[in-house]
Amino acid sequence: AGKGGEPLIYIMYNRTTNLLIRGALLFSVGVFLALVLNLLQVQRNVTLFPPDVISSIFSSAWWVPPCCGTASAMIGLLYPCIDSHLGEPHKFKREWSSVMRCVAVFVGINHASAKVDFANNVQLSLTLAALSVGLWWTFDRSRSGFGLGVSIALLATLATQLLVYNGVFQYTSPDFLYIRSWLPCIFFAGVITMGNIGRQLALYEYKFIQEKTHQD
Amino acid sequence: MTLREQLREKISAAFYRHGLLCASYPVPIILFTSASILTCCYPLLRLPLPGTGPVEFTTGVRDYSVPSHEPQGDLGERPDWYRGPPVAYIQQVLVKAAVSPWDSSLVTVDVFRSPLGRAFSLLEEIRNHVHSDSLETLCLQVTDLFPGLRRMQSVLPEHGCLLVSPGLHTSATLRDLLFGVPGKYTGVSHYNKKKVVTYTMTLVLSRYDARFLGSLRARLKQLHPSANCSLRDDHMVHVHFKEEIGIAELIPLVTTYIILFAYIYFSTRKIDMVKSKWGLALAAVVTVLSSLLMSVGLCTLFGLTPTLNGGEIFPYLVVVIGLENVLVLTKSVVSTPVDLEVKLRIAQGLSNESWSIMKNMATELCIILIGYFTLVPAIQEFCLFAVVGLVSDFFLQMFFFTTVLSIDIRRMELADLNRRLPAEAGLPPPKPGPLRTREAPPPPRPSPHTITLQTPAFRNLRLPKRLRVVYFLARTRLAQRIIMVGTVIWIGILVYTDPAGIRTYLAAQVSDQSPLGDPGGGGLPPHLGVAPVFRGGDPTSTLGINPAPAPTPIPDNQSQGHHGSSRVGPLPEAPPPSVPQITWGAEDEEGWRRLSFRHWPSLFSYYNITLAKRYISILPVIPVTVHLSPQEAIETRHPQDTKHPPPSIPKVAADIQTDLTLYKVAALGLAAGVLLVLLLFCLYRVLCPRNYGQNGVTHGRRRRGDLPCDDYGYSPPVSEISPLLLRGHSMDIECLASDGMLLASCCLAGQIRVWDAQTGDCLTVIPNHGLRRSSSSGCWEQRDGWESVSGAAETECLGSEAHGSSISGDGLSEGEGYPLRRRTAPSRPTLFTDQPDLTPLIDTNFADQPPSHLCTPPREGFDFGGLVERAYMEHEPPSPSAYPSPSSASSSPPSGAQLQRRPSLGDSSAFLTQDRASTAGTQATADWESSVWAMELRGNLIAAGRSSGKLELWDAVEGSLRCINEDGVSGITALAFLNNRIVAARLNGSLDFFTVEINKPLGLLQYRGAPGRGSMPPSPCYSSEDVISCQLTRSVQCAHQKPITVLRAAAGRVVAGSQDHTVRVYRLEDSCCLFTLQGHSGGITAIYIDQTMVLASGGQDGAICLWDVLTGSRVSHVYGHRGDVTSLVCTTSCVISSGLDDLICIWDRSTGIKLYSIQQEVGCGASLGVISESLLVTGGQGCVSFWDLNFGDLLQTVYLGQSSDGQGVRQLLVLDNAAIICDFGSELSLVYVPSVLEKLD
Repeated sequence: AGKGGEPLIYIMYNRTTNLLIRGALLFSVGVFLALVLNLLQVQRNVTLFPPDVISSIFSSAWWVPPCCGTASAMIGLLYPCIDSHLGEPHKFKREWSSVMRCVAVFVGINHASAKVDFANNVQLSLTLAALSVGLWWTFDRSRSGFGLGVSIALLATLATQLLVYNGVFQYTSPDFLYIRSWLPCIFFAGVITMGNIGRQLALYEYKFIQEKTHQD
Repeated sequence: MTLREQLREKISAAFYRHGLLCASYPVPIILFTSASILTCCYPLLRLPLPGTGPVEFTTGVRDYSVPSHEPQGDLGERPDWYRGPPVAYIQQVLVKAAVSPWDSSLVTVDVFRSPLGRAFSLLEEIRNHVHSDSLETLCLQVTDLFPGLRRMQSVLPEHGCLLVSPGLHTSATLRDLLFGVPGKYTGVSHYNKKKVVTYTMTLVLSRYDARFLGSLRARLKQLHPSANCSLRDDHMVHVHFKEEIGIAELIPLVTTYIILFAYIYFSTRKIDMVKSKWGLALAAVVTVLSSLLMSVGLCTLFGLTPTLNGGEIFPYLVVVIGLENVLVLTKSVVSTPVDLEVKLRIAQGLSNESWSIMKNMATELCIILIGYFTLVPAIQEFCLFAVVGLVSDFFLQMFFFTTVLSIDIRRMELADLNRRLPAEAGLPPPKPGPLRTREAPPPPRPSPHTITLQTPAFRNLRLPKRLRVVYFLARTRLAQRIIMVGTVIWIGILVYTDPAGIRTYLAAQVSDQSPLGDPGGGGLPPHLGVAPVFRGGDPTSTLGINPAPAPTPIPDNQSQGHHGSSRVGPLPEAPPPSVPQITWGAEDEEGWRRLSFRHWPSLFSYYNITLAKRYISILPVIPVTVHLSPQEAIETRHPQDTKHPPPSIPKVAADIQTDLTLYKVAALGLAAGVLLVLLLFCLYRVLCPRNYGQNGVTHGRRRRGDLPCDDYGYSPPVSEISPLLLRGHSMDIECLASDGMLLASCCLAGQIRVWDAQTGDCLTVIPNHGLRRSSSSGCWEQRDGWESVSGAAETECLGSEAHGSSISGDGLSEGEGYPLRRRTAPSRPTLFTDQPDLTPLIDTNFADQPPSHLCTPPREGFDFGGLVERAYMEHEPPSPSAYPSPSSASSSPPSGAQLQRRPSLGDSSAFLTQDRASTAGTQATADWESSVWAMELRGNLIAAGRSSGKLELWDAVEGSLRCINEDGVSGITALAFLNNRIVAARLNGSLDFFTVEINKPLGLLQYRGAPGRGSMPPSPCYSSEDVISCQLTRSVQCAHQKPITVLRAAAGRVVAGSQDHTVRVYRLEDSCCLFTLQGHSGGITAIYIDQTMVLASGGQDGAICLWDVLTGSRVSHVYGHRGDVTSLVCTTSCVISSGLDDLICIWDRSTGIKLYSIQQEVGCGASLGVISESLLVTGGQGCVSFWDLNFGDLLQTVYLGQSSDGQGVRQLLVLDNAAIICDFGSELSLVYVPSVLEKLD
């Protein structure tokens, strides 16, 4: 039994490291996207070329990027996990180019929400909702992905409402209770995007193990 | 539906024709496309260049009035931003000051100390100037500085007029700002040889008051008259600033571009199997980019001016348009059959993908149209661009990219031809083209060891290309040379451009000797004419030439002070002036132009005022000339200034400077070298993944999904593995077992043959089973009957069987040294001697047949004719007598020859009742009526499980029966033989554990079982030395509810899978059930377990489960097949499964994710084997195929025989010496894979 157990433990060890690596990657992607997108949101108030540019990059509160990073790591690990539990591996467009396209569209949605002048909030929210669903349809098309996206988006919206209600931060012109009405759409698109990245990363799991075995 | 089909057909036909067109006339089409791209991009020339540089507009001062807010149509010249009042008016006072006459007693600090001191008095003058209004009312009142700029409080004004003038303590960052002229023109330095100091005082006004400014100008001019000043003062310049892009705004932009490039990278990486990957990738990118440019150009042409920020939406446009179509086209074209003409390949590839391309385009257009109806202007504009871009992209794909692709494919075919020719020259027989063509009957096969598979490195077509690049770099030492040349150029530039360097020296030399070199008149920069002589050439070589004929025509184009620098530099040397000359030139007129264009925005940003999308008006400068006497300079001198001896300072400083230059050069050269090395290293890493030798990282994920395996063109040519056929069985082979050295096979006729796995020689034949105990001889009597001789025709076997001559007696078999005791039945009539041997056609299982020879065959439609005829043909010598004619022979043999196969794994339950009956029937009668259902081979022992439930142990070499165990009555469906234990699974679901004991003394009871067989008294067996016994140690009665279908043993475990959907794991030592693994929803059909305790199981539900044998937990569970999983094999990294759906799936072992799948032909066998980590072998219809597991590529197909139609390979064993044994009808086939053999060694 001992002889047979060794490789198994080895695999387990690899699996945990692999999980950690994936988590770290997803976390950093989440932090990076949070910083960039936050910058997009606050950009209009930034004056031209202030000398303390670095501070304006971290213009949001310190806890926002880590939160986003953690959330994205969780989502990115959750998606492949759910896929394997449901026994229906995600087969639709499993390529890095498609993932990149997805990320680009997600940034574009954020861009639109921050920069494009809409006539009213309803129009803005509807457009973003359509874009988000389009994102899902273009890059995901799995029921589990949709369900998870919607539920996480709702949860995140609720959390944001609570945060704003407790005065942690606030929006300049809230139109949906305390927050902006496009926030759920952004959350949904973000969940889909991170899920996509996570699934793609999960494909690589075996590769790490192979490299490990080759090193021996 | 029909409409759709029609449409589809039409589109496909149109694409086909178009592909033919493109491939036929590539050059004209590319020219046409380029022309249309250029035409469409032509309107772009009228668009302003993107950028954030300020825009200027000049008006006269005299009739200036603040422009109104309303746009005025008639003023065509006036830009549209010139509306409303400016943010501020800038009035600069340009001061040039010098101490004159210059006294040799003065130190260098005196050059600027007292002239700068004058600034304060001038400042006071300006501040206190009053003309109907005071300055306070006109100037721009500023409040606090921007927070974070506290350190500038001392130099920048706060809470008052914005009036900037140089102070004495100036930091480097603010110097330009305060002086108002670029630093090197100020003259404030220790090496100012001209001894003139220039600075400005900048006055920012919020209102324009002509009278006030006029009086100020007059006052200053009166106080400090400028003698030879001819500056124009009738123009004011309005400068409009675009929207600023700060770093903060740049980050998202940069991010989108990074994502864009990643997208392009990952997309173009998929381009494969073409001649020039980079070329096609470039073509793809060009297609997308030029389609975007065309879209913008077309939109502009039709009067739609883009208002969006082009740089921002560009990445999104690229992503929306996408590179997918291009890639799909490429893939489709390269996967067409290679032997077609290029034209046809292109046309076929196009028409294959036509429908999906059109569908995608329609979908995208629909989405964009929906976006258009959001009625948001920005989105509408985006959508408009995207639509035009999509259409033009489609156009370019169809014309430009397709044509480029056709050229590429043509090039590749040529290259391929060249590459293959020498390879084929080395082969003895020229092989006919593509893979699929069936090979000619294999030649007599000189020796199997000369056959080689190509090594993986050469199999991969992409690898050599990468290696070639690196080899090229290495061979030409490109990196070193580039670094060397770069460093040399760098040093040259540095030396040449350094202020204290060679250029100044040269310029000074030349200007000294040049007749026109005297710049005293002003405005003649000497290096203008001289510099071109030296530039680009070796400066030292021109040193020697006589400077007199140096180019004299000095152009009069001293435009906006670009050459002002030269004036400060080279001039002073020429006339060593005792009186510093203050000159005013045209370049002083708009000195602010020499400042950075960020000068004004940054000045205003300090007070939190943005200039973005606004403009300022710059008024003509007021020139002020100040002459100071040496006394004044000495009076303002700081006490410490004189402490340094004046003459030494410049010299030492110059030395230091040259030293510094040297260091700078060295450091920069080093840095450049390191950078280049790093760059090349990165390039190398990008081009060559680390482990290209072992496992292609980039190709590992390639999915071969729907591609038929053989249509994939560039597989290596058919190499010449030819199988070794082992003939001997005359009916289909049922069981196959091997332990690496020996190979045992059992056919439907019940004959067991033992072969040498290395050479393929037949060692032993255990003929049709029929054992009777003979009390008289005390030996096993071979109840051969009249059919004792089998397979006489196959003389290639060394076989132990008695050849045709042994018919009349049994002496021969002994004489040949085979200890098999045979006794032919005396009842055999001699008249049968010349009859063909029809032994194998006789099935002796009479269990469910009345033992009547006249009975008709129970299976209708089975044609015995062929079999008998073959046997007849092989029989030699043919009998001259005619009476055993084939027709009579076909009716004469016992017709019980129902070709009953071993119950197939899936549906053995159907056999249950039947076999129960059969075993019941056999009980009373002789045991030769049962057939072998399972066989295992270990060492020298063959364990055979029979349908009657008996377990027999045969000596493989001697061909003698060593022991028999008849404890069970239910048929043995599966056997596992590990160490000295045998596990037998029975049809009734019970599992029996036997122990084999060797070296027992002779007298021990050997046959425990079969007490009911009283007819045959126990007698000691003939044996060579040892007595082998086989004892039932434990019988698990109800191991499974239903028949056990699979049994595997490894690593001290026995795993049994059954029809009852469960898998059970037993420990071999104590036959204790460890786990019952549940998870399948169908009967178990395949199990794999190896020494590393990996357990995989596949079931009738198409699911594959991976289990942890230590804990009994399920690791993963995947659905891969429609229908049964027929075979499972694991390597260290992946699981390979085949199913009834003719699909071979390769799964990642740790994640359970499907890596790729291979669709085989219908009816391909289900047998699988893994030869090495990366070589998979599958059985097919009359052939075995070798696959590269890393790439999923078909390496080779080996055909087993000529007449192989309809004969599938059902069983396949991989031996330790990398040979493969597979059954092929009645023959066995031994295939060597020599290259793997080498690898294993």
